[in-house]
Amino acid sequence: MQDFILTAEILDKARTAIEGSLIQAGVRTALLIDGAGNILSNCGRDSDDIDAISLAALAAANLGATSQIAKLIGEEDFSLLFHKGKNGNIHFGRIGDELILITIFGEDVSLGLVRCRVTDLTDILLQIFEG
Amino acid sequence: MALIDLSKKEIHCKIVYYGPGRCGKTTNLLTVHSSMADNARGKMLTIETKGDRTLFFDLLPLNLGTIRGFNIRIQLYTVPGQVMYAATRKLVLKGADGLVFVADPLQVRRERNIESLEDLRTNLLEYGLKLEEIPLVIQYNKRDLVDTPIPTLTVAELDADLNSAYKVKTFEASAVTGLGVFETLREISKQTVRYVTNKHLLHETK
Repeated sequence: MQDFILTAEILDKARTAIEGSLIQAGVRTALLIDGAGNILSNCGRDSDDIDAISLAALAAANLGATSQIAKLIGEEDFSLLFHKGKNGNIHFGRIGDELILITIFGEDVSLGLVRCRVTDLTDILLQIFEG
Repeated sequence: MALIDLSKKEIHCKIVYYGPGRCGKTTNLLTVHSSMADNARGKMLTIETKGDRTLFFDLLPLNLGTIRGFNIRIQLYTVPGQVMYAATRKLVLKGADGLVFVADPLQVRRERNIESLEDLRTNLLEYGLKLEEIPLVIQYNKRDLVDTPIPTLTVAELDADLNSAYKVKTFEASAVTGLGVFETLREISKQTVRYVTNKHLLHETK
């Protein structure tokens, strides 16, 4: 596994892409992390209120665990996860092999829109991080 | 896998406490958490099963000050020690920059220590890492039991079992009382930060 060195330029580009897409769509928070639970970018109006370090570690573990479940049923991996709550929902999407995009949104944003925006962002973010 | 954020001038390192079930990995983190000032520690996250065993991992984020203008942030993780949680253990090990192997000195756990160290070596190899290359310290925990009637291994026996091949620094500790916990943490933090900065930053700024 490669080490990440984040330059201000890469981070700015990633943040601009996420803000222009998901945050524009009305989601509360979008968090870009790597598979080891490190936070690469944290955007959105609720981003300061959440415990991002714990969320990132648990999200990375969650996707790691579901990837083992996938293998048990003969799948290579699951590319997305979605948890529905009473007032808030959370969507996890894999970006390539190493990155995970976490989106937290309320009832005012539809899951379909989040999925579309995450799919669009996947290619953009891959290009930013992998060149 | 260390994360170096050049825009915020932060270095994030991951240190994993590894060892057999019930050796005291979580207790190490709890002791660190309870002794550190609020501004230097983050929130401790722990996922336990009933009966105080770690199901997935514990996480304790720490701020260790600055080196060459970079904020050093360390995340301490523990793995579940029980043999059946092999997949989880491997998952938590992903991206580790430094390792603490916590050994259980009870005579009845002698084989478990050796098995666990071998398990660590195998899991690291699957991530393309060699135990000899990554910062490692070994902690001989539960030294408070030496003076009790419970049969324990001597430091020489533990050395022969676990450290004859790697020759790394070892620390006698008692995670419950706090003895040796910070000495272990200080040494592994120092080695890990040196490893990460030598690998990236010093090379970059040359």
